[in-house]
Amino acid sequence: MSDLIQPPLNLNQLVQAAHEKNNYDELLELTPYAKLLGIECLRLGDDMVFRIAANKDNIGNPILPAIHGGVIAGFMEHSAMLHLLMFMGAPHFPKIIDFSIDYLRAGHYRDTFASCQVWRQGRRVANVAITAWQTTRSEPIATARAHFKVDES
Amino acid sequence: MSDSLILERAQRFLSALRHCQVLGLTVHAIDSQRLTLRLPYSRQIIGNPETGVIHGGAITTLMDTTCGISTLCVLPDFEICPTLDLRIDYMRPAEPNKDVFGVAECYRVTPNIIFTRGYAYQDDPEQPIANVVGTFMRMGKGAQGDTELKSTAVKPDQFKGAIDGGKA
Repeated sequence: MSDLIQPPLNLNQLVQAAHEKNNYDELLELTPYAKLLGIECLRLGDDMVFRIAANKDNIGNPILPAIHGGVIAGFMEHSAMLHLLMFMGAPHFPKIIDFSIDYLRAGHYRDTFASCQVWRQGRRVANVAITAWQTTRSEPIATARAHFKVDES
Repeated sequence: MSDSLILERAQRFLSALRHCQVLGLTVHAIDSQRLTLRLPYSRQIIGNPETGVIHGGAITTLMDTTCGISTLCVLPDFEICPTLDLRIDYMRPAEPNKDVFGVAECYRVTPNIIFTRGYAYQDDPEQPIANVVGTFMRMGKGAQGDTELKSTAVKPDQFKGAIDGGKA
């Protein structure tokens, strides 16, 4: 394999350390794509809230201007993957099976937040719902659902 | 509309989308039937550091863009068409160090809605890595933006003119 690939990761250890320090930067920095979008992670009690700060490189509609729909989707997909990793003790990155997103409002050029709800986790597959918003949580800009394969050993 | 005019419009449209430039998306092929965009492999879009496989989000961006710009194939004049929804089914993981091609077509056009479908592949279009369906809303020719609020925003007429290139 190429030299891009990092040595085997102990994800459980990283997740545990992140929870203890309440600092998820190391976990986020593992994934180049998460760094590209500027994904951040905040813990509010038992809730995990993900954020991407306003960033010109994420714009996909120069008229409004608005964030690219693919960025919003990628952000929500990664939030769901991290959420599973943080709460389900999976030893590897969950793998995406399918992803479906409904765009409800324009994602304006400002900070965007996401939170996740795991509706079902089986031995092999998890179903996660994701909500993304900007100004208020009760007015989401997008909702999405995804299935992930989680049985990695 | 000639294929070369559609190609020019697609290239102008794509070059106006900042995030697509960041990912390095280019028009691979377009005619009145379908559009193919190319997403080059790069380290910045890796989603799984254990394998070097690119993130699903990069494929979603590729397919949202491909489906969205494929509306140029069926519309005589450029219209802003925001995505209503998009669904992606992953058939197999993408292989690292290889480009991804996104193909899309509009299979039903109504006065308000455009239904699109497509797929993403690496080596063989017969072995897609993902299948996609997306629904887009037609905003007509006079769609407005927040031009009052954002001084940096491009005015809709300017944008339409820039894509159409003054020709029909």
